[in-house]
Amino acid sequence: MPKTLYQKIWDAHVIESNGDTALLYIDRHLVHEVTSPQAFEGLRNAGRIVRRPDLTLAVPDHNLPTTARMDPSGTIIPIADPQSAAQLAALEKNTAEFGVQYIGATDRNQGIVHVIGPEQGFTLPGTTLVCGDSHTAAHGALGALAFGIGTSEVEHVMATQTLMLSQSKSMEVRVNGALNKGVSPKDLILHIIGEIGTAGGTGHVIEYRGKVFEEMSIEGRLTVSNMSIEGGARAGLIAPDEKTFAYLKDRPMAPKGAQWDAAVQYWKTLHSDEGAKFDKSVIINAADVAPSVTWGTSPEDVVPITGHVPDPMSFADPSKQAAAQKSLDYMGLSAGTKMQDVEIENIFIGSCTNSRIEDLRAAASILRGRSKADSVKWAIVVPGSGLVKEQAEAEGLDTIFTQAGFEWREPGCSACLGMNPDKVPAGERCASTSNRNFVGRQGPGSRTHLVSPAMAAAAAITGKLTDIRDM
Amino acid sequence: MKAISSVSGRAYPLGRENIDTDIIIPAKWLKTISRSGLGEGAFETIRAEEGNIFDDPEYAGSPILIAGDNFGCGSSREHAAWAMADLGIEAVIAPSFSDIFSGNAFKNALLAIELPQEAIDRLMEVAKSDPIHIDLENQVVTTAFQDRFPFEMDPFRKNCLLNGLDEIGLTMQRDDAITDHEAGLQQGQPWLVPAQ
Repeated sequence: MPKTLYQKIWDAHVIESNGDTALLYIDRHLVHEVTSPQAFEGLRNAGRIVRRPDLTLAVPDHNLPTTARMDPSGTIIPIADPQSAAQLAALEKNTAEFGVQYIGATDRNQGIVHVIGPEQGFTLPGTTLVCGDSHTAAHGALGALAFGIGTSEVEHVMATQTLMLSQSKSMEVRVNGALNKGVSPKDLILHIIGEIGTAGGTGHVIEYRGKVFEEMSIEGRLTVSNMSIEGGARAGLIAPDEKTFAYLKDRPMAPKGAQWDAAVQYWKTLHSDEGAKFDKSVIINAADVAPSVTWGTSPEDVVPITGHVPDPMSFADPSKQAAAQKSLDYMGLSAGTKMQDVEIENIFIGSCTNSRIEDLRAAASILRGRSKADSVKWAIVVPGSGLVKEQAEAEGLDTIFTQAGFEWREPGCSACLGMNPDKVPAGERCASTSNRNFVGRQGPGSRTHLVSPAMAAAAAITGKLTDIRDM
Repeated sequence: MKAISSVSGRAYPLGRENIDTDIIIPAKWLKTISRSGLGEGAFETIRAEEGNIFDDPEYAGSPILIAGDNFGCGSSREHAAWAMADLGIEAVIAPSFSDIFSGNAFKNALLAIELPQEAIDRLMEVAKSDPIHIDLENQVVTTAFQDRFPFEMDPFRKNCLLNGLDEIGLTMQRDDAITDHEAGLQQGQPWLVPAQ
């Protein structure tokens, strides 16, 4: 019987199954400071060890300030917030105690966990990969079955290298045709979430299919798969291909020599078979996708940049009408306002969705020789990793950003989630390349508009949400 | 994990859809290295609203929460389940839950019970004045007014909840099978151990 890609990876990892629940082997585990301390404590209290420290990789990202980490003499600058400092110290201590591989805050390889996994070649096609973070879905871009887990599951994986799971359903998101000029992978995934809704993929693993994804770069695929969770799907998948293999070849933790050849042979079998059945199928026409932006407090609140703030009464469902009105009140927007008239005070380019080198190049290409509007008070670029930062600096992108009035920061999650010092002030708007526009996400009272890196750059220049195609 | 077979008492009639985990517990509370004490930050943005149900003496200490569709969407933070437990909530009833939240709730013996919207609408009414009873053994939610709403529950999860089973302990009993699987991988896919 023809199998989906998801089914193939699932089957290859089932150790035992009792009908509804399977014991699934986990090949890769990424760990960060926020969702791991209680898991390490649980192991310690029970006298347990990390079963496979060689398959576990830890790095600080969420809580870590993105300002300079060392002074000019190379001395480490202490972290001001005592709670953050304690949580970061706990990760360092726990990884040393349990023998887990650790990339420290001042290591040149440090970065956002979902940027460094692929970058180091830790993420591989056909593997099961988990992390105590919902955006683990990103790694599906390389054909890994990758999903976010809670802290109890982090502890379970550390102790046993397995998880008890019931299998999800499969969902195909097929995009036909080609994307128009000025439309990026971020616009496409925002459009998809707008179509399926934030619960559209709940209980499912999404496989993204169609020529658009075949032609998309690996970094673009990472942006798309990253936001699968915003559509409710715990994981996204894109079948690995020659682009995937070329991306991974010679990465530090990727297989080498004869093992590489054997791996590629296996990876070539990882695609949905002709005639494989999906439980759910959504077809999107690529030509319908415009540069996209969110107006509300849910990632499904998407309109084209040429659109308007919707009228809450335009929603059929009374509970949706009430939710939309609440969103507009929070966002300080009125129905009918043109999105391009919305003024922006803050710009954030970064996050596990859009902080890779192609994202920075896209933003820099708009900003080259231009400056941010005076009305834009705060504009920051936060590279996804130390290696992305080095590459950008080698290409002179940092100079373009700083000359345009942006701050050039150290790698981390930054203003995506309002738990480190980078926050958007209450009542102010931010054009943000991150993934969530929830109430208070970028700081209490913050108002987020999700956009692509090029659109964030364009908004910085005009001080308003702007159609990149006009720049 | 503590064993749980039923939950009875008043319920917070929240009712809203898409309650994300940033609403359940904002990120600033995630700097803790402990599981306890998060009740203080639970539903912080909702509690900032005047007349909110969480600070209404009518509902103080309710063990049940009734919510709308897609409860617990967003971040994987288990702090959401810890914060709710710290607030004294033992069960959530909603039309649907995000996959990650429902797993996190289960690990903390917080019942996540799915009922159709019509049942939710009815329970929202009852919750305003009267208690609600959840019987896990018989998989049914009842009220003093003869309402009777059966619910589905994964048999594995139900067994763990009723008996307070430690899932890690259970899995560690399968060590031989895990070791066999690893030996097979070592043979068939030796590249799976990362290059150092």
